[in-house]
Amino acid sequence: MLRYIGKRIIGVIPTLIIVVTFVFFFVRMIPGDPARLVAGPQATLEDVEVVREELGLDKPIHEQYINYVAGLLKGDLGTSLRTKRPVTVEISNRYANTAKLTLMALTWSTIVGILLGVWSGRNRSKWQDYTGMTLAVSGISLPSFWVGFMLIMIFSVRLKWFPTTGADSFKSLILPSIALGSSIAAIIARFTRSSIIEVLKDDYVRTARAKGLKENVVVWKHAFRNAMISVVTVVGLQFGFLLGGSVVTESVFAFPGLGSLLVESVNYRDYPAIQSLILIFSLHFVVINLIVDVLYAVLNPEIQLS
Amino acid sequence: MAKKENTKAAQAASEKTDISTPFSEFVRKFKKQKTAIAALIFILFLILLAFVAKYVAPYGINEYDYNSIMQGPTAKHWFGTDEFGRDLFSRIICGTGISLSVGLFSVTIAAIIGSVLGLIGGYYGGLIDALIMRVCDALFAFPGIILAIAIVAILGSGMTNVVIAVAVFNIPKFARLVRGNTLATKNSVFVQAAKNIGAGDARILFKHILPSAIPDIIVQYSMSIGSSILTASSQSFLGMGAQPPTPEWGLLLSNGRTYMMNSWHITLFPGLAIFMTVLSFNLLGDGLRDALDPKLTD
Repeated sequence: MLRYIGKRIIGVIPTLIIVVTFVFFFVRMIPGDPARLVAGPQATLEDVEVVREELGLDKPIHEQYINYVAGLLKGDLGTSLRTKRPVTVEISNRYANTAKLTLMALTWSTIVGILLGVWSGRNRSKWQDYTGMTLAVSGISLPSFWVGFMLIMIFSVRLKWFPTTGADSFKSLILPSIALGSSIAAIIARFTRSSIIEVLKDDYVRTARAKGLKENVVVWKHAFRNAMISVVTVVGLQFGFLLGGSVVTESVFAFPGLGSLLVESVNYRDYPAIQSLILIFSLHFVVINLIVDVLYAVLNPEIQLS
Repeated sequence: MAKKENTKAAQAASEKTDISTPFSEFVRKFKKQKTAIAALIFILFLILLAFVAKYVAPYGINEYDYNSIMQGPTAKHWFGTDEFGRDLFSRIICGTGISLSVGLFSVTIAAIIGSVLGLIGGYYGGLIDALIMRVCDALFAFPGIILAIAIVAILGSGMTNVVIAVAVFNIPKFARLVRGNTLATKNSVFVQAAKNIGAGDARILFKHILPSAIPDIIVQYSMSIGSSILTASSQSFLGMGAQPPTPEWGLLLSNGRTYMMNSWHITLFPGLAIFMTVLSFNLLGDGLRDALDPKLTD
């Protein structure tokens, strides 16, 4: 078991190196001179040269790369062009908001998705199944920004139940987390359904039924546990969608998080911020996938044996 | 000559009726998928609409009418008008072609490149396989839209760059799928037989191994179009895709948010258009999967 976990952690290292390298070259692939961008349009040639030296862009590329990685290890992400403050400060100001939003969206969508999936799966080809799966396929087809607008129009503008923007209270998290989580709930529901249908065909389920156990006990105590092993993987993978989706949802709700910071930075061409945010999003995704893989191994006895 | 043609046709006809080919089996199963067929008909309708929209739209896409700005839906303007008095219905149907072509182009590019990479990686193995798979892993390490934003930040905004961005994040999906299939089939008897009669690598890969992956590719293709249309419209919504005055649906929606408080129709209808289109591709994908998946026969 420990060996497996160790192997998985080591396996992530090449991916991390590629991600960091990609992000490093990302800034260097942008057309135009980064030093000129930082110095501003009015700067003289000498100013640009000074900035180039400050940024270390006059050094050979391998030295720049080493400096960049060393900076990363020290937690230095550079200075934002837009606010002239360290990018780490900008990010830490908003990190908690996005974390709250994504966790809230993941929590409700996992619960709803699993319940809907089990409900559909145990009533295969009945009206419950058709209702559940119609909801689910609609959920994955809805543009989240549109859902966001409709929620704002109905619940904030008409009914005045929730604030339209901001992240000041728990109440202001509710609508964004609904918009963000709806497609994930749908994906989890679809996956849980097929997983439950698979498991309900197994021999031990027939045995449980033959013993005369109630259907609820068969489904929840016997089938559900085994169906969940594969659902865990899907829930973990959705975290990537959540991080990506947060970019769109946060823009709709003018929510002060990392996603809206990314959009603002792209619009301002604030490259140090863009590069750091892309790095942060992908690092989270990679680490979460690693955790999911390990969790999967812990839950699944078949992997322990091999 | 004519006689030969006749016998050939007769042979084909008898094959059609008597022998169950994988394709006829697929058609038989697919015909049972009523929702998928409805979705397919709707998609064909959208494709037709994309070509004729310019001629059937009641108004021009940039036909300003300052006497009727921000009107709700009426008999004259089915979906109402925007802040310049442009007819929203005309703009939306003219936007059909944009979303469809973004979806189709980007996923087609991704399917071709991804399949070739998957075939090469799976068949030859070794260093080249490791390299392809590492790059795919790294691309997978970026959540889809984040990768798309990164690519657009490098290339600049615009629809062509959105197509490239969406294609890039779809490549690993096809590469993994086809690689898995290649690994599973490369040691099978029919591939060995082809090798023994002296078939070249290209022939083996494209004529013998690739066809067995086609069902999976088709399902993935249909599903990816839906999600790609969503991503592309999100990009336009964020201001990184289509630029005004293009009637791209995501952009129309983004435009409507300024007037959301009073004119709900400007955001409602473009969103419905995106939803209906993506839904039909997803329903078609579901139907194709059910018809093509051998595990689901019961």
